[in-house]
Amino acid sequence: MEYCLKAENITMQFGGLYAVDNVSFSVKQGEIVSLIGPNGAGKTTIFNMLTGVYRITGGTIEFFGERIEKKTPQEIVALGISRTFQNLRLFPKMRVIENVLVGAHIRTKYTFFDGLFRTKRFRLEESEKTIRAVDILEDIGLKQHIDSYADSLPYGEQRKVEIARAIATDAKLLLLDEPAAGMNPAETEELLRFIRELKSKGYTILLIEHDMSVVMNISDRIYVLDHGKLIAEGLPEEIANDPKVIEAYLGGEREHADNQ
Amino acid sequence: MKMIGSKLNTSSFLNLFERFCDKYKLVFVILFGILAYSVPLLGLSRSTLRLLVMIALYSMLGMGLNVLVGYTGQVSLGHAGFYAIGAYVCALLQVDAGWNFWAAMLAGGIFSALVGFLLGLPTLRLSGTYLSIVTLGFCEVVQMILKQWESVTYGNYGIRNIPKPELFGFVFNLQNGGFYIIILSLAILTAVGCTLIKNSKTGRAFIAIREDELAATMMGIRTAKYKIMAFILSAFITGIAGGFYSVINNGYIEPTNFVFNISVLILSVVILGGLGTIRGMVFGAAVLMLFPEVFRFLNEWRFVIYGLLLVVMMQFRPQGALGWRSSMPYRLSGRTKKQLERRSKQPEDHREEQEA
Repeated sequence: MEYCLKAENITMQFGGLYAVDNVSFSVKQGEIVSLIGPNGAGKTTIFNMLTGVYRITGGTIEFFGERIEKKTPQEIVALGISRTFQNLRLFPKMRVIENVLVGAHIRTKYTFFDGLFRTKRFRLEESEKTIRAVDILEDIGLKQHIDSYADSLPYGEQRKVEIARAIATDAKLLLLDEPAAGMNPAETEELLRFIRELKSKGYTILLIEHDMSVVMNISDRIYVLDHGKLIAEGLPEEIANDPKVIEAYLGGEREHADNQ
Repeated sequence: MKMIGSKLNTSSFLNLFERFCDKYKLVFVILFGILAYSVPLLGLSRSTLRLLVMIALYSMLGMGLNVLVGYTGQVSLGHAGFYAIGAYVCALLQVDAGWNFWAAMLAGGIFSALVGFLLGLPTLRLSGTYLSIVTLGFCEVVQMILKQWESVTYGNYGIRNIPKPELFGFVFNLQNGGFYIIILSLAILTAVGCTLIKNSKTGRAFIAIREDELAATMMGIRTAKYKIMAFILSAFITGIAGGFYSVINNGYIEPTNFVFNISVLILSVVILGGLGTIRGMVFGAAVLMLFPEVFRFLNEWRFVIYGLLLVVMMQFRPQGALGWRSSMPYRLSGRTKKQLERRSKQPEDHREEQEA
């Protein structure tokens, strides 16, 4: 199977601090891969490196064989990587559908003057993008909120808007940063169903998640980070029983873990 | 009616009002158009006509600044500079180069837009207070150039004998309502243009930048390009308004017509009326232009009161007097609506076929 994303020895150094230290991982096309680890392990930093927010200080990142570590965020989105944020970053005073249309911005080709003079090109493309936005919102279960303003939605629904916005960029790879945070169990269940559906539609997904029930349930493979270093990788059941992972999560309880 | 009932909230009166306006939109637009354009026939006094001209002019200036402050979230205290550039270019081209008013006004707008592009460049590195200071500096620089570059701008002496606009032999002036008709048309054109831009990918990009610049970047929006574009657009509108101003001031302009206070006045229009709205600009302009007429005895205190007003607004109603959120559904184009409807019907049709 073709590699969708391949990061080799990527390093992010802030002064003397190595936030991410020599980490290598890969995501194959159509996979759901999770990145887990305690707070401050460097997970979100990796997302920022992949999306061009940070310029990485070492290593290489390939997306479908193309080197992207020196590209701008805009170029990376254009290639097909899109993300959500750990702390919601919607456009709060815009409507839900407008948020999704902003996601479609990069695939919208008409010019400023097409918009000003309402040319045929504008009308066709705007209509096409709007219908696609409605489709995405219906799929993710936000049909009743299409006209609402983003900040009037409950937290869990706002997370879904973020995912919808990311999908609207026509991404091949979705980076989801704790999508289940702030959701109740029923909402989480719904989200899992939706993420599986995305997979079946051909999306590749890289996930950061704290909720172990989510991670174990949905991941094809898992990478575990601690203090910026990769400490384990493997299938969900392997990770669940890995003493190093248990130590990282419970902290200094190695003997206890070994005894088990 | 059931649907309205379920959506009622604290501003229910407003919602009903909005729905009412939306329903009879076409009637209102036609009525407004007829009324607005028949004002000169009413035989109003010169001072009333002048007041109406100033309200329309400041509505337009407000809309120009609104593109930058209201949509894109970049505060500018330098718009008196663009206003001055538009006015001077328009006046000089008429007086020294013999251009006609319409071409000169357009040239003023374009030149102002060019300068807007240059001033937009620092926004790539600056935002918030720092950007405000840069734009404030720009305003002062323009002021200095107007005063010192006497061989071109006539310095403190000002430009005199600016001719009145003419079209097919008809001379526009204050008395015959010509000035009013010009600025009314310009303001309406600006309002329509701003609305069209706002409801396109350009406008959404502007607003996304205001709301969250990082998120906008991560959606692939080239924020630098759009911020500069907002500057250019804003400067263009303001420059055109400046060109118009140069001919209504008894054929005479001087640098003191474009001091820093004017920048503050324009910003006050935007903030008082409601950031990001068109209706707010008209309201803000009307209030701020009427104020000195009604409270003539407070004239010395004018800017003190404007300042106070801004502080109070920021504290208690940051969205501006008319800055409410529309409760109407998102406006879909006829084409979009039709396609969505056709599609939602399709599955039912299939079912019927199967059952049959």
